[in-house]
Amino acid sequence: MVKIHGLIKEYPKGPQALKGVDLTVGDGQIVALIGPSGAGKSTLIRCINRLIDPTEGSIEFNGTEMTSLSTRALRTSRRTIGMIFQEYALVERLSVMENVLSGQLGYVGFWKSARRQFPQDVVENALKLLKRVGLSEYVDTRADALSGGQRQRVGIARALVQQPQLLLVDEPTASLDPKTARQIMRLIVELVRERSLSAIINIHDVQLAKMFTERIVGLRDGVIVYDGAPADLDHAALTAIYGEEDWEADTDSGEPAAAEVGSGE
Amino acid sequence: MPLTEKDGLIQWTRKSRSERIREHLIWVGAAFLFVLAARYISGQTIWIFVLDAPRQAQDFISRMFPPDVRYFNRAIGALWDTINIAVFGTLIAIVFSIPIAILAAKNTTPHPTLRAMALAVIVGSRSVNSLIWALLIVQITGPGLFAGVLAIGIRSVGMISKLLYESIEEINREPIEATLATGASRAQTFVYAYIPQLMPIFVGITVYRWEINIRESTIIGIVGGGGIGFLLNSAINRLAWNQAVVILITILATVIVAEWVSAKVRAKVT
Repeated sequence: MVKIHGLIKEYPKGPQALKGVDLTVGDGQIVALIGPSGAGKSTLIRCINRLIDPTEGSIEFNGTEMTSLSTRALRTSRRTIGMIFQEYALVERLSVMENVLSGQLGYVGFWKSARRQFPQDVVENALKLLKRVGLSEYVDTRADALSGGQRQRVGIARALVQQPQLLLVDEPTASLDPKTARQIMRLIVELVRERSLSAIINIHDVQLAKMFTERIVGLRDGVIVYDGAPADLDHAALTAIYGEEDWEADTDSGEPAAAEVGSGE
Repeated sequence: MPLTEKDGLIQWTRKSRSERIREHLIWVGAAFLFVLAARYISGQTIWIFVLDAPRQAQDFISRMFPPDVRYFNRAIGALWDTINIAVFGTLIAIVFSIPIAILAAKNTTPHPTLRAMALAVIVGSRSVNSLIWALLIVQITGPGLFAGVLAIGIRSVGMISKLLYESIEEINREPIEATLATGASRAQTFVYAYIPQLMPIFVGITVYRWEINIRESTIIGIVGGGGIGFLLNSAINRLAWNQAVVILITILATVIVAEWVSAKVRAKVT
């Protein structure tokens, strides 16, 4: 599905954000990308759909080399890559339906889209998705009238109305309360499995990553320092990703380490 | 350095000693300049005339009464022209401002050279008062409504473009990224992500400018731009103060109504 090789991103006037990343994501695989702020997680997934242009390296998506696409070909490839954002990235003053339908812009001509004329099957699919994410009653509501969790559901519906094969998810829960965060993660993972899509999910919350995904990739300073199963993400691995910290203290395994919290160091 | 040690206690002040001294010197210098300027102005003033001012004002006002009420008909006719100058001037400005603002905003300009040109147009338009624009244009087109509309339009392009391009530069990037990520073209992204975000700001700016234009177009008539200002000028020239006061009242009422409309519309679109 996605084959990244030797990916380097250098911002003008700044250190390298990505220092030669190699990553392969198979069909139907869900990967959680974890790492400290500034590790390059957002840059990495934005390089895949070229919201950011990489400096060097190759990104192959379904056999297409993304880094050398023309504008038109890039639009065609982007249609099959859905994206979900931390701050939902909805157009606040448009209705829920308009936001969801904007996921189809890559398929519809300019004048039709400007007059909000979308094919019947697209409209039906949008309504079906809104029902699936539990927003049937809000079709005509303006996006800025919704709560955070509801907005993220609109964001999810927008990404899925594209009929994507790959989902890029950038910190989907970082702006949500813990309960809503779990619900949103569960929804994303369920929908990805139902449609057998692939997904790369940037996430701060290690617990959520372990709960909902089958593969965890740890990024630190633009380098992949961990790639494995959630179960193997131990003290050593977390230290490699985030640096030294009393990692056992906040895991739910609650062994002797938890008892040491009070005494400190 | 705001932290100093005195008698073994660490003391904190907002500004260091040298900063405080410099600040005091600036105040003293400013006061000195003020006195100097006041003396100069006083030397240029004929104080006998100033002392006479209250009596002159009283005389002046007494000549305005009773107002020539029949003159209202003429005033209303000219007011219609004035409102048209403001409305069409604003419309012309809108037509040109939108593309200029898009060219001038860092994030939407196709090329830095075009951006520099757009900024030059904005500065040029803004740096000349609409009264001066009217004086210049009257020389070219002759006096009348058309000159007024052009003067108002040219002056407004600068302000509307400037405020609009600054809003474009401060736009929320996330919805734009999200729209591009769906495979939308630049034109589609403009319609779906830029326009909805800019609409309320744009309406607010243009209505505000329209309100300013109502006020400015009353003045423009004085230099030949047509409308109620022309009438006012001729009334003053004929020393017909009882007619001039009618015109002044009409202008005042119009400006109040325009401000009210502007405030209502701007409150509605946020």
